[in-house]
Amino acid sequence: MNDQMKIKPTAPCATCPVHNAANLKRLGVDMENWDFVVALAGNPNVGKSTVFNALTGLHQHTGNWPGKTVTRAEGGFEYGDYRYKVVDLPGTYSLLATSLDEEVARDFILFGQPDVTIVVVDASRLERNLNLALQVLGITNRMVVCLNLVDEAKRHGIEVDQRRLARDLGVPVVPTVARYDKGIDDLLEAISEVATGKVLGKQYRIKNMPPRLKNAVEQLAGMITTLYPGLPNARWVALRLLDGDERISEAIRNGELGDLTKGMEEFSEPNLEARMEVHA
Amino acid sequence: MSDQHDITPEQLLKEAQDLRWEVGGDFHEKLMETIYTDAAKIAERAITRPGEKSNFDLDRAIDSVVTSRVWGFPIMVLLFTFIFWLTISGANYPSKLISDVLLGTVRPFLKTLAANLNIPWWIDGLVIDGMYLSTAWVISVMLPPMAIFFPLFTLLEDFGYLPRLAFNFDNIFKRAGAHGKQALSMMMGFGCNAAGIIATRIIDSPRERLIAMITNNFALCNGRWPTQILIATLFIGALVPAHIAGLISALAVVGIAVLGVLLTFVVSWALSRTVLKGEVSTFSLELPPYRPPRILQTLYTSIIDRTIYVLWRAIVFAMPAGAVIWLSANIKIAGISIAEYLVNFLNPVGILIGLNGVILVAYIIAIPANEIVIPTVLMLTVLITGAKGFGSGSGVIFEIQSNTEMLSLFNAGGWTLLTAVNLMLFSLIHNPCSTTIYTMYKESGSLKWTIVGALLPLGMGIVVTFFVAQIWRLVANIV
Repeated sequence: MNDQMKIKPTAPCATCPVHNAANLKRLGVDMENWDFVVALAGNPNVGKSTVFNALTGLHQHTGNWPGKTVTRAEGGFEYGDYRYKVVDLPGTYSLLATSLDEEVARDFILFGQPDVTIVVVDASRLERNLNLALQVLGITNRMVVCLNLVDEAKRHGIEVDQRRLARDLGVPVVPTVARYDKGIDDLLEAISEVATGKVLGKQYRIKNMPPRLKNAVEQLAGMITTLYPGLPNARWVALRLLDGDERISEAIRNGELGDLTKGMEEFSEPNLEARMEVHA
Repeated sequence: MSDQHDITPEQLLKEAQDLRWEVGGDFHEKLMETIYTDAAKIAERAITRPGEKSNFDLDRAIDSVVTSRVWGFPIMVLLFTFIFWLTISGANYPSKLISDVLLGTVRPFLKTLAANLNIPWWIDGLVIDGMYLSTAWVISVMLPPMAIFFPLFTLLEDFGYLPRLAFNFDNIFKRAGAHGKQALSMMMGFGCNAAGIIATRIIDSPRERLIAMITNNFALCNGRWPTQILIATLFIGALVPAHIAGLISALAVVGIAVLGVLLTFVVSWALSRTVLKGEVSTFSLELPPYRPPRILQTLYTSIIDRTIYVLWRAIVFAMPAGAVIWLSANIKIAGISIAEYLVNFLNPVGILIGLNGVILVAYIIAIPANEIVIPTVLMLTVLITGAKGFGSGSGVIFEIQSNTEMLSLFNAGGWTLLTAVNLMLFSLIHNPCSTTIYTMYKESGSLKWTIVGALLPLGMGIVVTFFVAQIWRLVANIV
């Protein structure tokens, strides 16, 4: 277990925030003056809320019946020099279909524009969980994969090579056992690195699209980029439009989508610097 | 597209609309597929399985059999036949034991006690012959099969088989124009329709959710299993030699349950083609890992959550119903009891659809709870047949302690095999109980669809039993 935790190339030194436990200050529901917003996404039953509780010190109760949790829970923590607000989204299998819980999650990741989206995945069900991770990666590259339940996976004889996974996905991957607070330090570090723009992922593009679909996507994406310069996920929006997504069409009609790009220049919070780095 | 620098949102949407036609309707599925392929590829590269034997191979092996196109459904039928066979053959003895005690020992004791205390005859009748007897019947008829069936069903659930069933049904539901998750709410409906209707919350398209609500009634619920099991045991089992009677009765019950599933598909299909037209949504269904069932915990929870719960509900409704039946049998207008008036009034309709007046009256009394249909039928039959050899006084069921005696009582009431078959059919296809109807109203918030959900099955039940009766009689005449 410990070997897995130590793969991060950071050397253990006193200056590194990972090794300073006092650095993490759980803020519970006190979320005044946050610097960054962190969204927690993931399939149901992957320990998302356990991660949420580990980060915020809250005791969010979870219901496992799909459709029960359609709202989102919020909490906060302080790490390094910044204060983070954490939003626990309802567990979903995808962001494409049209159910209410998926819409809540999708809308927050798209319109809420969190600084970091953590996708919690179940290490023993990697394939299914990656479907959602890839979909989130289509919307934002400011993502961290929290590879949870690695102990359970190991019991099933499964080990995940997280460096390989990180390389293939193009975002940081942190193995954790949230139930026992294992790996949470590394997760915090990864969150702060993405939040401050030190580490940036690469966006996922669907490959092997049929030519006709590909042409349609590129044509639309081109129009979208022209209409909303700076929108980071034009191709994703194009796909949603082709799928007849009413919510997205509505967002274009009422200017909500356009507002997303405006926000990027107008930010007055302390994280402006980080944002400028990202979009420079 | 000529001037890219002057695009308006409307133009963008128009263009998207046009391109949608070009990329085709199966695009959503294709897109999902591409993402799934990529996810599989990335996962495959990242996962290493160092030597240790994985539990997943076993899971996959089981899944490849129980969710296979060829074996999925036969295995389901076999499994459920086995469970009903266990239930039917296992329930006989304890059933007899309980009725021996409650009807053979306790009831005479109560009667003697009442006589010694000089309790007026009508209080004695109302309480002992009405309320006590109907309750005793509910317990002895329903408790043993429930105590066997529910733990077995819960074990299957615990093991992880039910989501596989949903997986098998998914494709059919989709073809019927309904949501695949309806398979899950249907599975819940096999326990309780009201619970099944609440479970439709997992379906988010209002159209598909309404379909799931309206058709949930066709999933045979707790309150109706005992009726099916008893009637099948008495009438269908009696057709064949004793050593295979249990198996044949079990098959009959499975047949009714399968018919319910078929009706769910047919009605879903019909609704989605007519009044509830629309597109089918896609979803992904998680197949949880198989777990060795926790036997003791399962026994405990299934007995508390299901057996006791259903039994309690039955008793709560059976007691007042027993009182009502006793009163209606003993309050006489011009020498004829109210119950007889009602039964005689409904009898022509009952006979027309291959049932009888007694059964129809029982179904009216049993609107609050399907559980009390059989006790009510028994009490009313005793009343109407003048209780020849089944005790004295009207509106009373006496020491009927074995299935043979019960069968002869039914025969005295003019029952035939047709009555039994149609009762099983009607029990499957009739209006849901009042709790379910109320739940439907609360969940849908629509009076109109609640009425549809209540009256559509009732109408279908009448139509189906009517045609079965006509064809049956036609064939019987020719033969």
